[in-house]
Amino acid sequence: MEKLYDLAAHYLKEKIARKELKPSHLVENVVRRASELNGKFNSYVFLNSPDSINKAKVMDGSDERGELFGIPVVLKDNICVEGEDATCSSRILKDFKPPYDATVVRKLKGAGAVLLGKANMDEFAFGSSCETSCYGPTRNPWDPTRIPGGSSGGSAAAVASGMATMALGSDTGGSIRQPAAMCGVVGLKPTYGRVSRYGLIAFASSLDQIGPITKDVEDAAMLLNVIAGYDEMDSTSAGEKDIPSGTYMPVGDYREFLRKDIRGVKIGIPKEYFIEGIDPDVLKAVKDAIKLLEKMGAKIKDISLPHTEYAVSTYYIIASAEASSNLARFDGVQYGFRTKKAKDLIDMYIQNRSQGFGPEAKRRILLGTYVLSSGYYEAYYLKAQKVRTKIRSDFISAFSSVDCIVTPTAPTAAFKIGEKTGDPLSMYLSDIFTIPANLAGIPAMSIPCGFTKEGLPIGLQILADAFREDKIFNTAYAYEQNTEWHAKRPAI
Amino acid sequence: MAREAASYLGVDMEYEPVMGLEVHLQLATKTKAFCGCSTLFGQRPNSQTCPVCLGFPGSLPKLNRQAFFYAIKVAFALNCGTRKNIKFDRKNYYYPDLPKNFQISQYDEPIAVNGFVNISVGNGIKKIRIKRVHLEEDAGKLIHDTGGDYSFVDYNRAGIPLLEIVTEPDLNSPQEAYDYLTNLKSTLKYLGVSDCDMEKGSLRCDANISVRPKGTDALGAKVELKNMNSFKSVKNGLEYEVKRQVDAIRDGEKIVQETRLWDADKCITTSMRSKEEAHDYRYFPEPDLVPFINVMSRNQMDIPELPEEKAGRFKNKFALSDYDIGVLVADKSIADYFEECIKLYNKPKVVANWIAGDIMAQLNLKNFTIKELGILPDGLTSLLKMIDGGAISGKMAKEILLEAIETKHKPEDIVKEKGLSQISDAGQLEEIVKTILNKNQKSVNDYKSGKKNALTFLVGQIMKETKGKANPSIVNEILRKSLGE
Repeated sequence: MEKLYDLAAHYLKEKIARKELKPSHLVENVVRRASELNGKFNSYVFLNSPDSINKAKVMDGSDERGELFGIPVVLKDNICVEGEDATCSSRILKDFKPPYDATVVRKLKGAGAVLLGKANMDEFAFGSSCETSCYGPTRNPWDPTRIPGGSSGGSAAAVASGMATMALGSDTGGSIRQPAAMCGVVGLKPTYGRVSRYGLIAFASSLDQIGPITKDVEDAAMLLNVIAGYDEMDSTSAGEKDIPSGTYMPVGDYREFLRKDIRGVKIGIPKEYFIEGIDPDVLKAVKDAIKLLEKMGAKIKDISLPHTEYAVSTYYIIASAEASSNLARFDGVQYGFRTKKAKDLIDMYIQNRSQGFGPEAKRRILLGTYVLSSGYYEAYYLKAQKVRTKIRSDFISAFSSVDCIVTPTAPTAAFKIGEKTGDPLSMYLSDIFTIPANLAGIPAMSIPCGFTKEGLPIGLQILADAFREDKIFNTAYAYEQNTEWHAKRPAI
Repeated sequence: MAREAASYLGVDMEYEPVMGLEVHLQLATKTKAFCGCSTLFGQRPNSQTCPVCLGFPGSLPKLNRQAFFYAIKVAFALNCGTRKNIKFDRKNYYYPDLPKNFQISQYDEPIAVNGFVNISVGNGIKKIRIKRVHLEEDAGKLIHDTGGDYSFVDYNRAGIPLLEIVTEPDLNSPQEAYDYLTNLKSTLKYLGVSDCDMEKGSLRCDANISVRPKGTDALGAKVELKNMNSFKSVKNGLEYEVKRQVDAIRDGEKIVQETRLWDADKCITTSMRSKEEAHDYRYFPEPDLVPFINVMSRNQMDIPELPEEKAGRFKNKFALSDYDIGVLVADKSIADYFEECIKLYNKPKVVANWIAGDIMAQLNLKNFTIKELGILPDGLTSLLKMIDGGAISGKMAKEILLEAIETKHKPEDIVKEKGLSQISDAGQLEEIVKTILNKNQKSVNDYKSGKKNALTFLVGQIMKETKGKANPSIVNEILRKSLGE
């Protein structure tokens, strides 16, 4: 089989434009790969094989040329496509088919992308390992005994293994970046408000953001070009004009910032991210990456983000509070799982929700309900909001003296399936380096920066100030062009 | 017993009620508060819904600017201070008519606070303080009479903008509550922000009621009263509840804090839930709606002359009775109608009498607005001019008015068509009087022998002969002359 599935979208796009490749040929190649591998890796919860090939066949004869014309894309299962399953990998949304397209889906369809189906995830994005899915865990393409990261584990594993050319994930506390790191691909959480959340089934409204998971940095820019921008359906989406000039980047062509030159770029290294407990292989790979960036001309500067240690607890209060309210609508009244044996209304709620939600979802709903309860609100939720402001100010002051911040994406490479399921706290700590960006609303990207001794991918996280994705793209692309990590593929 | 209670006036020598009202007002925006669905009343169930107002996964709210402007307009009209930083909160509770199982509302920072509405009491004015005004979304409707062991839900109403208007506990009788509600409704109608129709549920009213010995300051245990679906129900419900509480205290019982429902058929209140079952709504800021800065000033809001102001002007300019002014200004369209009439016919007292009398009677009878009534100011004033000119009698004018309302024809055309013009020609009338007197010699004799009632009979006969068209004052004059006075 021709390895079209291993190629990045920007190569494929050029081939299609030069008429060397038909969209249907590409889609068939990727769909066949997905059909062969899904039994083993469980990346897809729903694969739209014949339909996507048929759509691509129609495109073969078309002269339209969208930005993603003919490119096979998989969506995380919390993004709504009209008439197709959107279950958030939860039993409670069994058979739920949204009556509308998410804004990102409308944009992808408009750009000519071929939507292959839905990718597995932690239930309602509650998790860092893809193990809380009601469909069972996704397996890491680099080692099937290990987790792919989470919650967008299905998306990341699909892109890493050639089961999709590109993917969309969502990131509330690291759910794009951490699985991207663990699967050896590129994952970008854009600035909060840069991409519309309309049609993303909410986990925590003030933290969620949709973003690309791709095979390289250029593909991430290409995909962000399509999905970014103001949406009147999302009040929290950022205007493209009304932000004070100089502090923002209007939505444009992010590929313009894919420059190899980073001479003079100031990169901050926060001491709070290089702590005990980081896997030595990860630490070495990240330090090597920093050395390389310096060699390429970047100015490396030690900085401090003093409130980092409070990020995880702050996050679990705010995210769970919002989740407990966002998930209240799943009651079986209008859609989703519904018991046939309810005695009365309260009994129906209790049965639907106890049988529909898995244990981690219940844990977060209980936690969130608790912190919002009268008598506890001030001590938890309100306090957490104050700490969140402190964390944001840490970043604002850091970015007054540096262009980017570089850290490890996760403290370890992919762990074994089942290794942390009994210990929620240690699971929560795998997002320790990714959570602050969500709390601060700033963009952050994970790119491959090496492998552990066991051959597992390691991710480098690059953060920039709000709406400065351009700076991330510049640094990430320059680093990528000077290394070969992104070109490695798992031996399957 | 129940009847007795309903007619009780809620006035007691020893105890006084302390009440506050909570009004929920549906704003008359074309679309819902947070989506583009229509707000039309009475449509097919669930035909006015979309993923947003159904609370479907992934959907997000977007504030209807019109709803916000209406809220600000009401705030200014009720003399409130408006808040600069506007934010929304989530009120979390489970009920099947609430699609998201939370309501988008405002908790600790309502749009407006500290206003007032004036009502008349005795010889003076009483200020009823408005505690807060806030914007929220309405819920859907449950339909229980399905014939099975299930209920239907209609979400057409879900997401319609609601304004909650809460008073301080300043109301001390059911009549004051009724008057407050009347003045509030009148102001809201002037603003054009709601149709304020209690039967359609576009205005809903709950009350908090406690009683205390007169002359004391401490508040008694508070009962929340719901399900009062008309102005009359509010008054009756409050009267009943005040009496119930006073009677209970006299019987040595303790009033428990609870929610009670007014039953308009049985004319009683019944307990719905006690305080122990009260909810913890777990309010927190709505993260899907970004807080914003309110820059609207009163001048920008295009607030019309409000009823109280208009009443003052009418009193100064037209020297009308308080009763007439009350009737005229209660409804802006009637006040406008009155002023149009005055432009065409400058006798305010006469016009006010006609409007407050015959016209209002017809509006109430037919349940019409004045615009639907079919007689415009030029029609009414031409009628009044015909009376003044002697062309028709006042009694005829009343009949012509009814005819004009029925047929929508102009009064002068009706007069012409039906030959209704009054007979004022003295020569013609003298002939008729002569004939009648000849035919009724007995009555003539009766009159002359002192039975003055006979005159009324003779006038009646003349009216009968002329089909009511004889000018009564001329007839009287001729009769008296003919009978030798």
